[in-house]
Amino acid sequence: MSRRGIALLGGLAILLLALPGVANAYLLSVATLILYLAYVGQAWNVMMGFAGQLSLGHSLYVGVGAYAAASLFFHFGVGPWAGLWLAIALSVALGCAIGFLAFRFGISGVYFALLTIAFAEFVRIGFDHLQWTGGPGGLFLKVAQRDQIDLANFRGPPEMYYYAILCLAALAFAGCAWLLRTKAGYYWQAIRENEEAAQALGINTFRWKMLAVAISSAMTAVAGVFFAFYYNNLFPEQIFHISRSIEIILGPIIGGVGTLFGPILGAALLTLLSDGITEGLAAMGWEIPGVKHVFYGVVLLAVVLFLPNGIWPPIARRFGLRR
Amino acid sequence: MSLLRAAHIAKSFRGLKAVAGASFEVPERGIVALIGPNGAGKTTCFNMIAGVFPPDSGAIRFEDRNIEGMRPDQVCAAGIGRTFQIVKPFAGLSVLDNVMVGGFLREKTRAGARSVALGVLRKLRLESKAEMPASALTLPDRKRLEVARALATRPRLLLLDEAMAGLRPTECDEMVAIFRELNRADGLTILLIEHVMRAVMALAQHIVVLHHGEVIARGAPAEVVRDPAVLECYLGEETEV
Amino acid sequence: MPLDLLANVIIAGVLTGLVYGLMALGLSVIFGVVRVVNFAHGEMMTIAMYAAVLLFGAFRLDPFLAVLPVAAAFFAFGYALQAGLINPFITRPEHSQFILMVAVAIIMVNGLLIGFGPDARNVQTDYQLESIEIGKLLVDKARLYAAVVALAASALLFAFFRFASAGKAIRACADNHLGALVVGLRVKHLYALTFGLGSACVAIAGCMMILLVDVTPNLGPAYTLLAFVIVIVGGLGSMAGALLGGVLIGVSEALAGLLITPSAKSMFSFGLLILVLLFRPQGLLGRKA
Repeated sequence: MSRRGIALLGGLAILLLALPGVANAYLLSVATLILYLAYVGQAWNVMMGFAGQLSLGHSLYVGVGAYAAASLFFHFGVGPWAGLWLAIALSVALGCAIGFLAFRFGISGVYFALLTIAFAEFVRIGFDHLQWTGGPGGLFLKVAQRDQIDLANFRGPPEMYYYAILCLAALAFAGCAWLLRTKAGYYWQAIRENEEAAQALGINTFRWKMLAVAISSAMTAVAGVFFAFYYNNLFPEQIFHISRSIEIILGPIIGGVGTLFGPILGAALLTLLSDGITEGLAAMGWEIPGVKHVFYGVVLLAVVLFLPNGIWPPIARRFGLRR
Repeated sequence: MSLLRAAHIAKSFRGLKAVAGASFEVPERGIVALIGPNGAGKTTCFNMIAGVFPPDSGAIRFEDRNIEGMRPDQVCAAGIGRTFQIVKPFAGLSVLDNVMVGGFLREKTRAGARSVALGVLRKLRLESKAEMPASALTLPDRKRLEVARALATRPRLLLLDEAMAGLRPTECDEMVAIFRELNRADGLTILLIEHVMRAVMALAQHIVVLHHGEVIARGAPAEVVRDPAVLECYLGEETEV
Repeated sequence: MPLDLLANVIIAGVLTGLVYGLMALGLSVIFGVVRVVNFAHGEMMTIAMYAAVLLFGAFRLDPFLAVLPVAAAFFAFGYALQAGLINPFITRPEHSQFILMVAVAIIMVNGLLIGFGPDARNVQTDYQLESIEIGKLLVDKARLYAAVVALAASALLFAFFRFASAGKAIRACADNHLGALVVGLRVKHLYALTFGLGSACVAIAGCMMILLVDVTPNLGPAYTLLAFVIVIVGGLGSMAGALLGGVLIGVSEALAGLLITPSAKSMFSFGLLILVLLFRPQGLLGRKA
């Protein structure tokens, strides 16, 4: 990586580490949300940005991960560190089932994307009828003691959650940067660019696509566990909804699909924009539901129209950075 | 001894016989050209060897095992590299990264794949363009990149699907020189489909002529081009002799 | 369970399914020709429903008459959307097209939310409460008429693609884009025409649907998903497949509502979708790619 890149990363790291010291509760919650979206975006990017498999159903893995860990905690008092493994196992199993069926039966492109939506919706409605997890009424975890840190049960003040998600986002960033330099990273990009040519170079495309799905769903499941213990309540209608999947993928697409900084930049811009619009409208006294999202849609439209590869690539070029 | 032996391979598409029991061999360290008019079944033969689809009947033997019915990646891993008639570069990656993808087949580490790739790029005289995005290359360079990628998998047999089509005569001669060198110095065996007779005559030690999916002639280049059956099937066809 | 109840439910499912089918037909025609998945399809459906509500409220215009102006307006809107916004995206990657259409959908849903608020709206006519008795069978009048209009609109579209020269030209475009360009067809104009026609289908389906259900802005995404399910079950790009898929989904929803619980009805649809994708990915009536 170039010196500029290191300087940029270092500056960002110091800013993020020091943030809880200077930010108020509201800002900290916004920052937590940004990092959460940056993390999930990074996870989605492994599948789409690296390996070229368009998933529009990533809320499935968030939801399954969240419900797995939360219901273990709720029903049996099993802490999230153990629940995490169940969350990952279930998500990976689902992801691999979808991947296996799709890739074996030759489903790709738009059809693959729609299959991922179908699975997410199927599971959403399933959870709506699963009384053990509270059905449509939701699953509620006891709200944490805000002033003491209980790491074993992942309960504590907002700062703890902030540092946890910061840690996850940093790990995901580093992990993805590393993956891109390995054989897997090269093979995924080859598959993304041209599957037939990739296969002719000795790549078992089925196996490597499955690996991408497995890694992406595992990473996303971890985000689900975080989500459950941070927000303390889960509703199928919210967590599995297609708009959640869209929220996950907007960041990396706006930031730049397949880039490492794209998901982070995209998550930050979208969240700040969305919150900024809310605040701005409130200041003007325009508190009509929907106005904010119309602006949101217009900005989205502008970005896809004028920056087709996302925001990060042109910035990277301007400052002589890679990715 | 022959490295590749296709025995009575046949393939039909919706009842139409594309290849009807063709047999041919490629000797170790040899260069064999598969020629014939359009629609003769050359590319179908290639695709059967490369594992794109299995033959309906017949056997394909490479080294000492049967490879018919294998997937393309298994065929490649067995030691057969191929290029595509319509080049398929990984457009978003650099030239070097394109070739490194091939290099990873026999090298686990990035450094290993990189050194293999750089070596291949040097042989194909592409090293000065290593950092360029593949999408920025001209057609002759893309054709070379296609070959470089296949070579990075370290094949014993290279299948070239019209690697010279669309090149100017001087560019074509340059490619011929490269392939000759690969054959002489590295012992690479080559099976090529080619319409550019200038290249075929300069490269091939042995020619197999396909017509309507059947082998109608085979032998040394000088004999084959005088064969009345070959001349007849090409009559009316545009050829560049 | 009494057999006549079951029969009544199935008939209602078939009739509603035909309206679904017309909506999906719009999506299918657009995808079949332009190769862009219209992720704002359901949102357009809800806009048509609101248009019918508005016309009914302002001029007491019956939805069966509102069909004409709404379809005409949608045709123009669809044409403009394709010509102005989507045509430049034809060669972009799928995820890029997806975001474009999602942005359009977000603007539509929330535009409706601003304009009409979150509460349900509907139209109330006399015939919505009437039904026709055939022996023991009861058929809702509104549902029957809506299905007839949906069938008639579909038949018109079939005829257009079969006999009209513009329809044939569009089919040529869908078959072979490059070929169509070579023989001098105005492909972009034809694409816009197609999007216009697809939008008109949605408009008619929306005007009919408002006779059967109440509309809220949030219905949009649900209809988008429903339209996807239908066209994939029937076969993306197959016109008869869209109608068949619509009827199948209509019946399966109605039966799920009767036999299990209404809230599980879309689970059946998505289950059907997954099965079809796996065992017949080209759809029931679709051709193999």
